[in-house]
This record gives sequence, structure tokens and C-alpha cells, in this order.
Amino acid sequence: MSQPAPVVDMTGISIAFPGVKALDGVDFRMFPGEVHSLMGENGAGKSTLIKALTGVYPVDTGRILLDGKPLSISSPAQAQAAGISTVYQEVNLLTNLTVAENIMLGREARRGPAIDWKKTRSQAAELLAGLSLDIDPNSLLSSHSLAVQQLVAIARAIGIQAKVLILDEPTSSLDTDEVAELFRIIRRLKQSGVAILFVSHFLEQVYEISDRLTVLRNGQLVGEYLTDEILRIELVHKMIGKEVEVLDDLERKTRTTADATDEEVPFVEAIGLGRKGSLAPIDLSVYEGEVVGLAGLLGSGRTELARLLSGADHADAGELRIAGKASRLRTPRSALRRRIAYSSENRRAEGIVDDLSVRDNIVLALQADRGWFRRIPKKRQDELATSYIKALNIRPANPDALVRNLSGGNQQKVLLARWLAVAPHLLILDEPTRGIDVGAKAEIQKLVIELAENGMSVLFISAELEEVLRLSHRIVVMRDREKVADIENDDVTLGQVMSLIASGTEA
Amino acid sequence: MSAILRGRLVWPIVTLVALLVLNVIVEPSFFSIRLQDGHLFGSIIDILRNGAPTVLVALGMTLVIATRGIDLSVGAIVAICGALACSMIAASPHPGSVSTVMLAVGASLVLAIVLGLWNGLLVSVIGIQPIIATLILMTAGRGLAMLITQGQIITVTSAPYKVIGGGYWLSLPASILIAAVMFAITAVLTRKTALGVLIESVGINPQASRLAGVRSRSIIWTVYVFSAVCAGVAGLMISSNVTAADANNAGLWIELDAILAVVIGGTSLMGGRYSLMGTLIGAFIIQTLTTTVYTVGIPPEVTLVFKAIVVIAVCLLQSPAMQARIRNMRRRRALAVKEGVAA
Amino acid sequence: MSVQVSGKAPTFARTGVRRYLPNSRYVSVLVTLALLIVMFAAGSASYRGFFSGQVVLNLFIDNSFLIVLAVGSTFVILTGGIDLSVGSVVGLSTMIAASLLRAGWSPAPVILVVLLAGSTLGLLVGLVIHYFDIQPFIATLAAMFLARGLCYVISLKSISITDPFFTSMAQTQLPLGPDLHLTPSVIVALIIVAAAFFVLHYTRTGRTVYAIGTGDQSAMLMGLPVTRTRILVYVISGFCAALGGVLFTFYTLSGYSLTAVGMELDAIAAVVIGGTILTGGSGYVLGSVLGVLVLGIIQTIISFDGTLSSWWTKIVIGGLLLLFVILQRVFLARKR
Repeated sequence: MSQPAPVVDMTGISIAFPGVKALDGVDFRMFPGEVHSLMGENGAGKSTLIKALTGVYPVDTGRILLDGKPLSISSPAQAQAAGISTVYQEVNLLTNLTVAENIMLGREARRGPAIDWKKTRSQAAELLAGLSLDIDPNSLLSSHSLAVQQLVAIARAIGIQAKVLILDEPTSSLDTDEVAELFRIIRRLKQSGVAILFVSHFLEQVYEISDRLTVLRNGQLVGEYLTDEILRIELVHKMIGKEVEVLDDLERKTRTTADATDEEVPFVEAIGLGRKGSLAPIDLSVYEGEVVGLAGLLGSGRTELARLLSGADHADAGELRIAGKASRLRTPRSALRRRIAYSSENRRAEGIVDDLSVRDNIVLALQADRGWFRRIPKKRQDELATSYIKALNIRPANPDALVRNLSGGNQQKVLLARWLAVAPHLLILDEPTRGIDVGAKAEIQKLVIELAENGMSVLFISAELEEVLRLSHRIVVMRDREKVADIENDDVTLGQVMSLIASGTEA
Repeated sequence: MSAILRGRLVWPIVTLVALLVLNVIVEPSFFSIRLQDGHLFGSIIDILRNGAPTVLVALGMTLVIATRGIDLSVGAIVAICGALACSMIAASPHPGSVSTVMLAVGASLVLAIVLGLWNGLLVSVIGIQPIIATLILMTAGRGLAMLITQGQIITVTSAPYKVIGGGYWLSLPASILIAAVMFAITAVLTRKTALGVLIESVGINPQASRLAGVRSRSIIWTVYVFSAVCAGVAGLMISSNVTAADANNAGLWIELDAILAVVIGGTSLMGGRYSLMGTLIGAFIIQTLTTTVYTVGIPPEVTLVFKAIVVIAVCLLQSPAMQARIRNMRRRRALAVKEGVAA
Repeated sequence: MSVQVSGKAPTFARTGVRRYLPNSRYVSVLVTLALLIVMFAAGSASYRGFFSGQVVLNLFIDNSFLIVLAVGSTFVILTGGIDLSVGSVVGLSTMIAASLLRAGWSPAPVILVVLLAGSTLGLLVGLVIHYFDIQPFIATLAAMFLARGLCYVISLKSISITDPFFTSMAQTQLPLGPDLHLTPSVIVALIIVAAAFFVLHYTRTGRTVYAIGTGDQSAMLMGLPVTRTRILVYVISGFCAALGGVLFTFYTLSGYSLTAVGMELDAIAAVVIGGTILTGGSGYVLGSVLGVLVLGIIQTIISFDGTLSSWWTKIVIGGLLLLFVILQRVFLARKR
């Protein structure tokens, strides 16, 4: 079978940032009508490669050919004009504009010099219809869920009629039906000759949709393979460079369920706790040494519950009992005082203080608790920092490094260290492994199990059901801002949890 | 002080040194200080003395900017505090007595605290953007000052009051001492306690700080009160120096000089890491600029243009883009050397 | 929320009454309008002669330059920036115009030079902000010093203008009806407002302005010409400041280096009162015009009253700003 010429041909691409070589002599090519997945852990260089292709970063060395001609672009606008269209992992649309405005921004239909709004809106409607998205183009983007916003971003990318379509983690907010719809569209685009770059952490999806795989590790090219010719185990091996047993190991470890007696008082007990407009009244208990997994889709209310339990928001219904005593949590500070720590899902906006050092970030909550004037002595700060760096394997192992220069996984570990440093009785982890490479993921999961074994209660929120199943003693399922199930995790299957999420009954 | 900030201080220090050298070249006796009647005199002393109010206001401004805020109302506060103090002294039967002066000073500082609390309320509780919140006091505040003085310029004759801005203590001008003491206290308070790091944390990421249990609201409120107090003291200095209160012109545009001093000193307007030392250098650059104009004999019409050019130059040299370019040049030079060695 | 997997194209027309209700985005502008009406009513009830069409027209006549300034500032603020130099550019414009006219130039080239000067300063500011990554506050502050400094260099004393074109512009009255008149400056200001409205709502550049203010990183990743547009808004602001300066010379018939000090704050206040958010991305140029009228009506009330001292003006303006900003907060909070 003769191969058509690649539409994208990158050779010898190297890009270095202060202190780190993000890409080192990487080759990458894309063929028309093919879905090509870029695989690798965080920090492997995937997003850097994409940004090189889309004009966000200039390349230090190497060459990019588009349709055989050298491509030299220095801005996303030029990339778009050259026929490369991108949908980013964080929905990069403007939330206070309407759906139609977002889809057509920069390409509005014109009559002479003036924008023809009627035509623009109808063009947007056509694109939405093509994706079978039944929403009002005049509605504000912010009024829709993240999943819908993601699909609007895809509608925009399709509207640009590119030769190359880049999808960076497009399914992270979509449910099964939406993913199926997206894949239908991708296949249609394949048939019309578009070259598609697909980046995803979900191995199953990668295997389902892609024709070709390229693996990066530590900024270097490991290899390019046809999907049909490489096994999953081999692929993961190539991605993390070490044996996969790490994850299986976790699976096999038996969890000792907390010996709950009838008189035992839960550490945290929520009775009819709720907040108007964000969470229906909920009953929830978490016992000492227990890992409670919160399962549910985006928007089901898990984060809202976490925020109520940790004082980030305050409840206007029900009561909260901590260690048996009725408590009113008005601020995160009051929660921390009562030994409840909350690690937000939005690591960047609500977690790390990026311009401060690793050390400063780790001791932040501890210091805040001690007050403004009693500074933690430098020696003690260093002790804490180095011990957590070692325990959590934070890289680079430099307490003075600025957190903004660390990879996502290491930033998450710094954040964890901050909460561990205050020795909480209840640790609420909201999506702690999102966007993190396989190796770091395993480390964090192992840590959760160890913490529970040592008596800490953990409320574990994750969109990855396998993770929730693997770690939790008890699973609480949420849907549409209310609790629909609360079950002990003895041999619960994935299917059971999913049907609980879908319909509230264990089908 | 981290290496980053140290790097950013290079150009300001160079500029300050260059300006001082320029002054010395034109007037060789620039650095000379003489002792007369137990008081120190000299050009340098003048710079320090005239710059003291700016240094004070810039001190408060630094912490406000570090929390990602800004305080445009300091000029108005300068005018208000000077107006209140002078009105009280002028209205009292014993304007020359120390107790009257102390009462007036005390009342002004209390008023400054109240105004700072007002700003803090708008910013940290109601959540109004700092630039607008303080713009409100900046606009209304001048009106308030004029209300206090009833539109007149109030002059006072009071020896104890004159000391603050125009007097001497331990042979140094009192204003320099006051500014130096406040600077030292602030430096110790923020760096030896956790306040400094917490302020930076709030400025870099207010939400993360809140979730970590930092009392962001209280910190933000406090820095605005501090800024107002600094402005109040500066206002007392300024009005004491001329023993009068001019509600319209006292402290006019001092907020701009203060903001410039902070920015030249390396603290970013986006908040976060700050440098008190940098602000000090920045304030001195601005003051030295004014003096240089006189010494070098630049016609007064050109003063402002001269100031603008120097400020622009320092800001450009310090800008991240320029720093990156310099780093690139150094890297290329290092590479060339390496290649030269290898070859 | 799962997506409907259907084959037919959905319809989204706004049906029934919803078609006539104002979009929630316009609320703050409507509030400003309401306030203006309330103040006019209050003034009419309290002072004789207030309730007249000419009083309303005088609002435009006396503030035409500020309207133009506010329009320029709106562009900059919509992108999340700020321009502190506009007052000084007004002053500089009056100085350049007065000195050139005194040197014998004819009005047309003088006006051209002034507009060019303002636009060029704006261009420099925009370039510095973008390529050196300097905060707009600082860059325009430096520009303010520079422009004001240039005023002093040109002349410390005021220069009066006697050129016939300028004096005619100052004195011409365009009759609108019995006892009602306008001035040419108002026409110029309204043309600028109309042009700005067109650009912001009916051109891609205008959409890019809003996009930059909402999220400039996103705008860039969406492929919009962010660089070009961001620099353009400062050119527009400089141009409007220069034009405002020209209109101001029609008003004052002199060039004075201490003129228009602090006028940029009036422009910013007008923009904020008009409902534009300082972080950018949201606001309307018509709102800014209303903001100018609100400031103007305060002055009118005070002059009708005759007993209020000038410092009360400042306090009232401060209070009004506070009121508006709090209203903005309330509405923003509700929308979320």
C-alpha cells in the first residue's frame, strides 16, 4: 500500500526553556485522513510539540513541513490561516460571549466592511446542527456545562475547515454518549481527508479511534507505531519506561476496611447539609481511617459538597458535626482548625501559589494557622520541605524551586504536601490525579491507601471510576446535585457504579 | 531577596548611581555635608529630606501593590491629614504648645486609619477593584480636605509642629529620621514575621491563599490601613514643612511618584513578590531626578520631559522582555565562547 | 447534561415576550440612563429654568470633548487596559494648536498635525506595552509625563487663539428649533460615537477588542489578531484624546499647559459610570456617553444651585462612582 505524503512533517524539533529541554530532536508526522495519537506522560513534551505546530512556541532547531512546504509560523493566527485548527484541553473560548459569537469569532460573515450578524448566526447554527448540538446560538457560553462548551470549541475548530485538526484531551469532560458522537464526527472528518492529532490519557479511547501512535518520553521520541501493531501493555511500558506492575500492585493490595462498631462516631457527619442553587440536602458520614469515594459526572455536585465540607462555601441548610460536635464552617480557615483539609480540583487557580518556592508552598497552610507573627523557624521549614520532597518524590528536589516551573504532577504533590503538613483528620482530594502521568498517579493512589491505613479519613473525588473503585472503602454516588447512592465497596463492579450514576439504581 | 529581584535592581541602582555621578560632575561639592548650628546641611541631605514623604507613601504603596492592589487616594489623604492637623492647631488657643500639636497629630493619624479602613472595606469586603475603590476617595477626598479648610489655605505658627517636617533631631532632619524608622519597622515586621510571605501569597493567588487558611481579607484590609497611615504621616510632614495646609495642592500626584518608585524598584503591579529596598531606590531616583534638574541647570520647562525619559528608560530596561533579550545575548555569548573553545 | 443526538436542525428564535425584553447584558447601561433621567427630574423640580431642552443640549455642548475622550478610553478599557495620558494629550493638543496658529499656520494642517501627534503617541504607547510587556498603567503614566512635559517645553504661559476658523467654531450655533441650538463640536462628537459603535459591534476588529478584554490568551489561541488590535486601541485613544483637545480649543480658544490636568480620571469615571467593567470585555460606548452626561448634569445642578461650593462637586462625583461600582458588583454577583 503506497502511503500518501504526510501533510505534517516535523523533523529534529528541539525546544528548550530555562532549565529544561522540553523537546530533543523529535520527529513527528501526520497523514491526511488519519487519526494520529500523541502519547506520553506529563512533561513528556506533548503539549510543547503541539504548541510548536500551532505557532505558540518558536522552535530552536528542526524543521516543519506543511504539505511539503516549509512552515514558519509565529502566532496561532498564522497557524489557523495555514490550515491548522486546535481544540485545547482547557476550553479556550470566551465565556461571556454567546455561543454563536464564539464559534464565528474572527470569521464572522460580512457584508462589505460590516458584520452580517444574521448570516453569522445561521452559519453558527449550521455548525451546531452538524454536531447535533441542540442549543441556542444566542445563549451565553457560560450558561452551558463544560462538556457542551467543549463541543462548541470543536464546532469552531471544524468550522475553520482545516487540513489539520488537533484535539488536546477533548473527551475529559464528556460522557459516553458525547464521546461516541465526537468519534462519529472524527471518522467523518477522516473520510474527508483531514489529518487529526488526538491526545488523550484514556487508553481505551486512543485504541478505539486512532490509526497511528507516537510516544514521547522526557522530551524525546520513543517511536511511531501503528495502533494495530502494539499492545496496550507495550505502549504503557514505552510511555513510562518501567514495568506496569505498579498499578496492578495497587489493585492486589487488600484494604483493611475500618472496623466500624455501632458506637463509633464518624469523624465528619453531614446531616441534611445543602446550599441553595448548588447542592440538595445531603447526609454523609466519614469514619476514621476510611476512604470514601465520590463518584459522578461533572456537575453532579461532588465539588460543591467538598467545598461545603471544607468551609470554602457555606451551607444554608442542615448541620455538620465534626467529631460529634455541631460545627459551623464559614471559612476554609475554620475547617483547617478542625483538621479538615481540602485540595481543590483546580490546581492552578486555587492550589499552588506559583511564584513562591516549593518550600513556601508546602508550609503555607501551617504558617497561616500559626498566625501572622509567629513565623515557622527556617530550620523547621527546611526540615518539612525536604522530608516531603523525599516522601512524595517531588522533582526537582529543590525546595527553592518556584512551583510554576514544576510539571503538573509535581505541582499536585507539592499541594498534597501542604495538606499533609497540617496533619488533617479528614483530607478531601478533588481530582488529585487529573492530567497527571501514570507514574505520579500510581504514587498518589498508593499514598491515599497508606494514609487511610494510618487512620486518616479521605474523601476521594475522581472522574475515573476505576480509581474510585480501586481506592475506596465506600462509594457515594452523586447525580444532578444530590446523593443517589451510598454503598460499601465489596466487589462492586464498574458497571454497577456506572448504572448508579446513570439512573440511580444498580441495574 | 531572591536572585530574580536582585537582577531587577541592577538597572535602578545603575541609574541612581549615574544620576548621582552626573550631579557630582556638575557640582563637585554635591556630596559635601556640613555641620552648622548642630544641624547637617548639604545637597544629599536635601534629597533625603525632600524625598522622605515620597518614601513613606511609596512604602505603604509597596505592600498594597504586593496584594495586587493599588492606592490612588494617598494624595488626598496627605491633603486631608495636613488640613485636619492645621485646622486643629489654628483653632486652638495655644497653637505653640506641644500638647495641642500632639492632639492634632493624633487626630490626623486616627482619621488616616479611618480612611484606610474605608478603602479596605471597599476592596476586601465589598470586592470593588482597588483602582476604582481608591479613585473614589481620591476624587471625594480632595473635596473633603477642602471642606475641612473651608477652601482656604490655613497657615499655622507652631514650633513643635514645624519639627515634624522642617525640624531637626540628632542633627538630622526629623523627616528623614521618621521615614527611616518607619522603613526599618516595616522591613522587620514583614520579613521577620510571616506577614511578608502571606502578603505575597495573597497577591499571587488570593483564592489559593484563602483555601490554605490565610486570612486574606484581614491582610488586604491591613495593607490599606498601613498605606493610609503612611500617607497621613507624609501629609503631616508636608504641611509641617510649609506650616500650612493647602487642600488643593498638598500631595498632588504623589501617588504617581509612589507607584513609579515601587515599579522601578522591581515590584510588579500584578502583585506578589515585592522589594522594600527596591522601592527605596526607586523613590530616591525620582527625588534625585528633581534635584539633578536644578544642579545640571536643565531649564525647568524640560523637567518633566527629562523625568519621563529617565522613567521610561528604567522601565524598559527592567521589563521582562528586555531581561529576556539580555539573557539571550548572554546565552549566545556563552555558547559562542564554548564553541570557540571547542573549535 | 447530555447532548441530544437528533438529525433535525433545531430552531432557536426568541419567542413571545422575550424578544422585547432587554438582554441582561445591557442592564448597567439602562441603570445609568435611569439615573440620568432621575437626576434631570430632580433638577427640574428644584430649579427654575432647568426643565428645558437647551439644558439637555448644553450637556452635549459643554462636554463634547469629554465624550470623545470617553469613547477613546472605552476602547482601551474594553481590552482590559487603561490610558492615563489622555488629559495630558488634550493639553498638548491645545498647546500645539495654539503655537502653530500663532506662527501663522492655517487651521486645517494644524488640526492634522495635532491628530497625528496624538495618534503617534498612542502608537508608541501601544508598541511599548506590547513588545516590552509593560503594564498599561505604567506606560501611559510615563506618556502622561512626557506629553505634559512637552506642553511645558512649548510654552509655560498660555497662548490665546485668534484664528477665524477656530473662533467661528467656538461661536457658531446650529439652530435646532425655537430657542434650541447645537454647536459643531457636538456633531463631531456624535460622529465619533457612531463610528465607535459601528466598529465595536459590526467589525471583526471590534469583536477582537471585546475578546482581548475577556481573555487575551484565549483570543490569541483562537487565532485573533491580538497584537494588531491591542496596539490599535491605544492609537484610537491617542487620536480621540487629540480630537478632544481640538474640540477643547474650540471651547477655550487658548492653549495652556496646565489645562486638562486630571481629565483622564473624568474620562475613566465616565466609562465606569457608563457600565464598562475595568477588567475589560464588557461595556458599551453608549454607556460611556451616558456617563459623561451624568458627570455633566452634576455640574449643571451645582451651577444652577449656586450655593454649593466646588468641593461638593468632587464629593458627589466620588459618591456616585461608589454607587455605580456597588451596583455593578451586585449585578455581577447575581449573574453568576
